[in-house]
Amino acid sequence: MKARITVTLKSGVLDPQGKAIEGALAGLGFAGASEVRQGKVIELKLNESDEAAARAKAEEMCKKLLANPVMENYAIEILA
Amino acid sequence: MKPSIIVFPASNCDRDAAAALEQATGKAPLMVWHGEASLPDTDFIILPGGFSYGDYLRSGAMAAKSPIMRAVIDKANAGTPVIGICNGFQTLCEAGLLPGALLRNSGLNFVCRTVTLKVENNRSMFTSGFEKGAYLDFPVAHHDGNYFADDETLNRLDSEGRIAFRYVDNPNGSARDIAGILNDAGNVLGMMPHPERVISPLLGGVDGAAFFKAVVEAAA
Repeated sequence: MKARITVTLKSGVLDPQGKAIEGALAGLGFAGASEVRQGKVIELKLNESDEAAARAKAEEMCKKLLANPVMENYAIEILA
Repeated sequence: MKPSIIVFPASNCDRDAAAALEQATGKAPLMVWHGEASLPDTDFIILPGGFSYGDYLRSGAMAAKSPIMRAVIDKANAGTPVIGICNGFQTLCEAGLLPGALLRNSGLNFVCRTVTLKVENNRSMFTSGFEKGAYLDFPVAHHDGNYFADDETLNRLDSEGRIAFRYVDNPNGSARDIAGILNDAGNVLGMMPHPERVISPLLGGVDGAAFFKAVVEAAA
């Protein structure tokens, strides 16, 4: 099974990269784009055939390495 | 004293730290590769600056999970002094030995210049050689030095005297101007600035030599 993990900065955590993107969009003439936040997407293949087991493993990976709970949230999608 | 320096892939201040320790102790420290499963006989550990694992995922994230870090965490919990400088500070936070995290600099720039620090707490073994309120000039060189923690953690650091150093002129947006913090037992210090880069007039300053001399005396 494949998992797609989306890691985003918690609300309230300053995101200077998002701010820079917002500034560049405005510079290109895209008026009205605001609250730009940059995150990351991690895709991986899991040697599991059961969705619940795959989700549990991805969850453990997020807790141990893929996300830092001090500043980030994560969301897990299990893809067939 | 038997100091050691942990070397990660893409550490780049390990030899500077070794020179600083050798100057302070009279002998070369042990250099320990991150892939080792155990530490040699050591009573003082430095996690040096650099860009371990290319800062992939998050600065210090992969280094914090290196095989050697299990031994470093055990030693730190047993009271051995540990200093993490720059990438070493990031690694200590990622390893859970210090609270909080280092975010991207608020101004987006990589900041590479000498900054002035104020000694906030001179009761720790790392700062007891200085007067409270003393000023030290150390270089910084980082992209992710913006210290972040929730308000409860910041209040606790403040009230427990665990903020070792503050920036006089905050270069990176760090919460409460924090440049260096201590763990609750006081034997682990994380700091973004680089004392090991100013140990001789030839390098532009000597405040780092005074820092390592004081730390080594306090730890001996």
